[in-house]
Amino acid sequence: MGETGRLREGTRAYLLIAAMWIRSTMTYRTSFVLTAVGNLAVTGLDFVTLVLMFAQVDTLGGWTLPEVAFLYGLSVTSFGLADLLIGSADTLGARLRDGSFDTLLVRPAPVLAQVAADRFALRRLGRITQGALVLGWALCAVHVEWTAAKVLLVPVMLVSGAAIFGAVFTAGAAFQFLAQDAAEVQNAFTYGGTTLLQYPPTVFGKDLVRGVTFVLPLAFVNWVPGAYVLGRPYPLSLPGWAAFAPPLVAAGCVALAGLAWRAGLRAYRSTGS
Amino acid sequence: MTETGTGSGTVTDTVADAFIEVDRVEKVFDVRRRTGFLKRERRQVRAVDALSFTVARGEMVGYIGPNGAGKSTTIKMLTGILTPSGGRLRVAGIDPARERTRLAHRIGVVFGQRTTLWWDLPLIDSYRLAHRMYRIPDARYREILDRLVELLDLGALLDVPVRQLSLGQRMRGDIAAALLHDPEVLYLDEPTIGLDVVSKARVREFLRGLRDERGTTVLLTTHDLQDIEQLCSRVMVIDHGRLMYDGPLAGLHEAGESERTLVLDLERELPPVDAPPPARVVRVEGPRQWLAFPASASAAPLVARLAAEYPLVDLSVREPDIEAVIARMYEERASA
Repeated sequence: MGETGRLREGTRAYLLIAAMWIRSTMTYRTSFVLTAVGNLAVTGLDFVTLVLMFAQVDTLGGWTLPEVAFLYGLSVTSFGLADLLIGSADTLGARLRDGSFDTLLVRPAPVLAQVAADRFALRRLGRITQGALVLGWALCAVHVEWTAAKVLLVPVMLVSGAAIFGAVFTAGAAFQFLAQDAAEVQNAFTYGGTTLLQYPPTVFGKDLVRGVTFVLPLAFVNWVPGAYVLGRPYPLSLPGWAAFAPPLVAAGCVALAGLAWRAGLRAYRSTGS
Repeated sequence: MTETGTGSGTVTDTVADAFIEVDRVEKVFDVRRRTGFLKRERRQVRAVDALSFTVARGEMVGYIGPNGAGKSTTIKMLTGILTPSGGRLRVAGIDPARERTRLAHRIGVVFGQRTTLWWDLPLIDSYRLAHRMYRIPDARYREILDRLVELLDLGALLDVPVRQLSLGQRMRGDIAAALLHDPEVLYLDEPTIGLDVVSKARVREFLRGLRDERGTTVLLTTHDLQDIEQLCSRVMVIDHGRLMYDGPLAGLHEAGESERTLVLDLERELPPVDAPPPARVVRVEGPRQWLAFPASASAAPLVARLAAEYPLVDLSVREPDIEAVIARMYEERASA
């Protein structure tokens, strides 16, 4: 089976399994509605915190509220997409511990697709909705001379950002093959990462910004391309084309995460549980 | 194929229709044990050691051994879940570890202690998923499903959420789920664990039919020796990763030098009866006495002689308990 064949098989299995989880969730309809609303409310509180902060100050690290809202909307929406599509991968550790991971290995479908679709939860649409609302407001409120490149960059950022976060989720899942209770470590990078990106890079220390740019390239989710759109200087002295690098960075992350996943799965299958 | 193997006299060469081939397969685990806050000790554990056997198409084989003997490691290698550390392994001509998903279409697996069914959804939904995931042609799916529903008596359960099924009902549901794609080989891991007598009987009856009608190859691991007695003509015993016995169930008694028991009810309390060796009295309790004699020997002459010499009220012969036979085999191996 070639790579495209695997991708097609994986997508098909993913959709089949995700549909089963949606149906499972819908058997507890009230619970679904409550958690979906709760999800929306909790993530919404994040933004309320920002707004309250701006009641006291005019700028944060030199950025105005609509500009910070722009970063926030990009970070939360792209993270929300990744969380919806592959966020359940952090339950892999539990499946490894109770041994039910083996039941996935005897099905005729790529394992990563099955793990990604595991416990697929539509309630995660709450976060995406909230992020998209903030982003929409920010796009109207910021003062930007829109060019074709800037307009195009917004959806590109969302997709690339989702792919970068997705790669982090995948790498985190792969790490759980080695340390089965490491879901919290992964959360530090995923949930921690998205919270970090909700604030302008200027409020953080240089070393942290360097790490988030060159080591774990979360800066390419919104900081770098966002700075370009807003006409602000890049967080580090990066070349001008860096704003258009997100798709490349995302592709690199996805490739590395894929390798990590394969290595993790190989380790599991040769050492057992 | 450059794979030649080394020995020409291995079992794999002599069996014509070997469906499962295991040739000097081994599995070594690296076990890390925490010995201090950060210090760890590494140790290698040989879970399966130079294991060789073949199973012909349509055979139903019992695979038994104590916990940690290497049973599930073997099954995991045969299903492609684990990669062997050495040796050669083929199921239906496929190397399981290399072509896991291709093999998945040809094997069915029932994990006795965990269900693969969808907990919150009606039973039928799990089957619909299998229908699409295994790409079973519609007509064939309906035909197989109808047959399984009939044989496993699932008709009334199809619309019931799995969480509401009893353990026995769920096991039947799980077995059906493993067979929808009409696999050529079925691995059953403790299929009757926790089931009541009626459910056990039903599952066993179904498995017998499966072997006789469809010729499905079945490898069964179990702790319930009645499963083996009632289903398998062949039994493999594994301990410490090595095959200790492979043959008919009857032969297991001889291999373990097992004994049958003759229980005598006498008219009154008497001193231990004078039995001809190798038969001997092992227990006396009031007028009841227990005699042990080799399982390979006939009981008739012994009974005739005792009946002639003693005032018998009743007697019964107890077959050896396989569990005891296997335990004795382990003891012998350990002391050897």
